[in-house]
Amino acid sequence: MNDTTPATPPPFIQVKNVWQQYGDQVVLERLNLTFAEGEFCTLVGTSGCGKSTFLRMLLGQEIPSRGEILLDGQPLQGEPDASRGVVFQRYSVLPHLSVLDNVALGLELPRAPLFGRLFGRAKRDVRDQAAAILNKVGLGHALDKYPAQLSGGMQQRLAIAQALIMKPRILLLDEPFGALDPGIRKDMHSLLLELWQETRLTVFMVTHDLSEGFTLGTRLMVFDKPRIDPDAPHAYGARITYDIPLNSNRLAARTAVESLPEHIVHSLNSAA
Amino acid sequence: MRLINVRPGKPGRLLLLLLPFALLVLVYLSYSAQRLEINPSDKLLPSPAQMTTAMDNLALQPDRRTGEYLFWQDTASSLQRIAIGLSIAALVGLCLGVAAGAIPLFSATLSPLLAVLSMVPPLALLPILFIVFGLGELSKVMLIVIGITPIIARDLEQRAREIPQELLIKAQTLGANTWTLILRVILPQLLPRLLISLRLVLGSAWLFLIAAEAIAATDGLGYRIFLVRRYMSMDVILPYVAWITLLAWTMDFGLRGLIRLAFPWYEGAKS
Repeated sequence: MNDTTPATPPPFIQVKNVWQQYGDQVVLERLNLTFAEGEFCTLVGTSGCGKSTFLRMLLGQEIPSRGEILLDGQPLQGEPDASRGVVFQRYSVLPHLSVLDNVALGLELPRAPLFGRLFGRAKRDVRDQAAAILNKVGLGHALDKYPAQLSGGMQQRLAIAQALIMKPRILLLDEPFGALDPGIRKDMHSLLLELWQETRLTVFMVTHDLSEGFTLGTRLMVFDKPRIDPDAPHAYGARITYDIPLNSNRLAARTAVESLPEHIVHSLNSAA
Repeated sequence: MRLINVRPGKPGRLLLLLLPFALLVLVYLSYSAQRLEINPSDKLLPSPAQMTTAMDNLALQPDRRTGEYLFWQDTASSLQRIAIGLSIAALVGLCLGVAAGAIPLFSATLSPLLAVLSMVPPLALLPILFIVFGLGELSKVMLIVIGITPIIARDLEQRAREIPQELLIKAQTLGANTWTLILRVILPQLLPRLLISLRLVLGSAWLFLIAAEAIAATDGLGYRIFLVRRYMSMDVILPYVAWITLLAWTMDFGLRGLIRLAFPWYEGAKS
């Protein structure tokens, strides 16, 4: 799997012999993976098999007990930062900020390390940018509402817009649509695919819904425990038992679009 | 219909609200009338007329010795003390609560310290306050501050811990540093909690105020009550107690309104 030679650039993300254990309980063991930029990876598996743990390690919320994760050949930051966006199933948006401010916050925080907010023209600028992306995800009519006034699907749209305004290289989704109705879920799938097509995002998405994993991903990974000791159920951790490439034409189509000159892509996108 | 399913209508609610107060007043009036009938110079349960005369002397006539309107002077002094005390306690409590609740490194020191300090009975410290700060305004304000700051700080520490981890991570992915995370995520979420905390400690704040005024003061609502106790002037004490209650209730009501007005997301987020 690890066939990097000095001549080729390192893979986008490289997972090298990663273990995660809490005390005696081994959650994940011997993970060796590489990911190319732009992949849409869906992670499925039973509850408690470590797929969310893997996501948290990619996020920097947890540090592997053994092994390392490399991003562009460099060890991953050990804490969450602006290069990795995230959407959780719940509590993804800030309840005390309006829809517009929730998104504008991501533009304000990096530029205002002292006050955490911008003033005057800079403030108007970031609000315009935030409104633009909110229009795109279909929240243009609700800019002044508070998250509690939105439906579950709308809140997740907001959470996605909030993550994307940072232009992250990696988007991590932890069962983002787990609490939504099937119909709303369909809408969210097409929104997510549309956004993925337009950006160079690499997506990791944990889901309980196998069909969701198959329809969305370009790569489906199944987490499972290959070894189980009935006397010590925590002695062995989960590994990735299936790693299935999917929807290869979609990935190819996107790569092809990426190879087009910038101005053509732009005119196509604005026409669509 | 089961009792738990019976809900009062709007007029019914008002009636039920007024009922206990009306009953209290009625019981008092009848006992007062009975005692005064037997002994017209009885001081224990003064009639409304006696209370009005006593309060008229204090509130509407200038004091013969100082020329001040004693009732209003007492009120102003007490309100000033409690307002300064509450403000300082709120500010210090907020800072301590945020530091202890949001930053694990500070929490390791602050949490046990606050847990111990909040167990010190503030009234036991009152003599020390009088010795250190003298008998002036400062020691009375300090008693309120010392009495309620630990309560506010511990409450806010707990609330800060209850902010979902997801939100803190999300803010970090949006480019927050520790300071801006506190400024834009933790602090705004704790402010309505601070006001709720203040509502809950209002009773204690008044308790400490009256205690401090009873022991060493030259004016104040608590001072007046304890002063006229020597003459068994129930006709002053009872209206003063009612007035203190009204002031405390008004502050509570005002804080509740402020929460609704200033943090419209807060009530909505809970529903």
